[in-house]
Amino acid sequence: MSQFLYLYRMTDAARQDNMGTPERAQQSMQRWMAWMNDLDKKGHLKDRGQPLERTGKVVRGQQKTVTDGPFTEAKDLVGGFTLVEARDIDQAVELSRGCPILEGGGSVEVRPVMKMDM
Amino acid sequence: MELSEHLFRRESGRLVAALVRIFGVHNLALAEDVVQDAFCRALEVWKVRGIPENPSAWLMSVAKHRAVDIVRREKTAQMFAAELGRVLESEWTLVPAVEEAFAGSTIRDEQLRMMFSCCDPRLPEEVQVALVLNILCGFAASEIANAFLTSRAAMEKRISRGKKSLASSRRLFDLADAEFGPRLSAVRRALYLLFNEGYHGASAEAAVRTDLCREAIRLTMLLLDSPQTAVPETQALAALMHLQAAKLPARVDVEGHLNPLVEQDRSLWDAQLVEQGLGLLDRSAVGDVVSAYHVEAAIAAVHATAHSMEETNWNEIVSLYDRRMAIAPSPIVALNRAIAIAQRDGPERGIEALQAISDPERMRSYPFYPAAFGELELRRGNVDAARGYFASALRLARNDAERRFLERRVRHCDEVETPLTSAAYSSGEKRR
Repeated sequence: MSQFLYLYRMTDAARQDNMGTPERAQQSMQRWMAWMNDLDKKGHLKDRGQPLERTGKVVRGQQKTVTDGPFTEAKDLVGGFTLVEARDIDQAVELSRGCPILEGGGSVEVRPVMKMDM
Repeated sequence: MELSEHLFRRESGRLVAALVRIFGVHNLALAEDVVQDAFCRALEVWKVRGIPENPSAWLMSVAKHRAVDIVRREKTAQMFAAELGRVLESEWTLVPAVEEAFAGSTIRDEQLRMMFSCCDPRLPEEVQVALVLNILCGFAASEIANAFLTSRAAMEKRISRGKKSLASSRRLFDLADAEFGPRLSAVRRALYLLFNEGYHGASAEAAVRTDLCREAIRLTMLLLDSPQTAVPETQALAALMHLQAAKLPARVDVEGHLNPLVEQDRSLWDAQLVEQGLGLLDRSAVGDVVSAYHVEAAIAAVHATAHSMEETNWNEIVSLYDRRMAIAPSPIVALNRAIAIAQRDGPERGIEALQAISDPERMRSYPFYPAAFGELELRRGNVDAARGYFASALRLARNDAERRFLERRVRHCDEVETPLTSAAYSSGEKRR
């Protein structure tokens, strides 16, 4: 088994839209819970990860300039991450297809964790 | 751990009420943003961390923190609720004031005040009902539009018009106000309309109808929670809603087909709601006011306690309709009275009563007026006449549920080869 990082990305507008009504917010939540629990049950969930605030700072370049978030230049903001285990990238991608963020117009970036085998 | 059904929607109304207490009603939009933000945070944290032990408390605590942050950032409390005076300006009093706004009894009282403010008689009734659904019940404009079969844009306009008026009032209605009595009547009227929208309304979705009825009952029970608003007339309204809601499972099937009383499977009626309704009706029978709600609840009680159409005390129902007409005459009440007369004295008497309705003009666009003639003609064996009436009714149908119901009645006439006797029909032919 290899490890893969899911990075959840979504625009602010899509996020607002998904949360548009209390009822929709609740449905979205329930879909997420169901998806996560399913990954867990099938033994793919390595670490549920953490949600990220949508604000922050960016430190850049040799000048170490600090700029404020929210990062208006980034259309899709990373909203959180999860660590999963899968046979290979194909399976990791397949598993990510169930992620509710896709229904809401967001994306899942699937990145293999680099192996450190000597 | 599972989320309870409609948790967010329900919490939305409570949280907005508490936040308006702090921010003032002119900042209603800000209060709504804070609630929205709390839901966003909940979604992001809960989906990875799991649902907390007490989701309501979690949401409330996020909203509280956010409220404190916002007030602090503004440095001056002047832009917030004038009623709280200067308590928001000092760190000594800010946090306790916010805590107080989120206390159970304050939230209840503020929801009542919000309800009274939404039912401002200067606003048309449909705006009042839309505001109640949006602010107190957490329904989005699109969902209300869906229930009322209007466009989303029209509903958004209706709601924003109402909110503009609310915001300009700068403070919520004070229950100690001299206008309290008439305003309480307006609140009951809006809740009655809300309930009827669920019970008789346009939506073909059984779930939508049940939701509206349930919300109307919840808000009416909120009125009964507070001694000031728990007057006999409110008890009577609550009784009426419980007794009617009891029939919902039999009245609308999963596909949204309407079943008339004669065809309803009474074993599907909700016995618990009937019992609660009868209890409320008992409690409403104090004092000397007999309101339209009292009489309508009494009629619903006669139906709810009868085992079949035949065993129904139609004499009692006719005399209750007479009383209802005496309180506030309306052609719709007269129509229902005529149907009860037909049950008691036969279809001929019923048809006479229908013909005697004093305001047939107003009934000209009401599909159930010709449909009532159709039912009674059918019952006395005039199938052709009945078919004609049902066809006229069908042309007046205002939504799909009505259309499908009336189409079934027309089809029924086509299928009747030998004239049905009144007994055969009222013994309850079940046809889907």
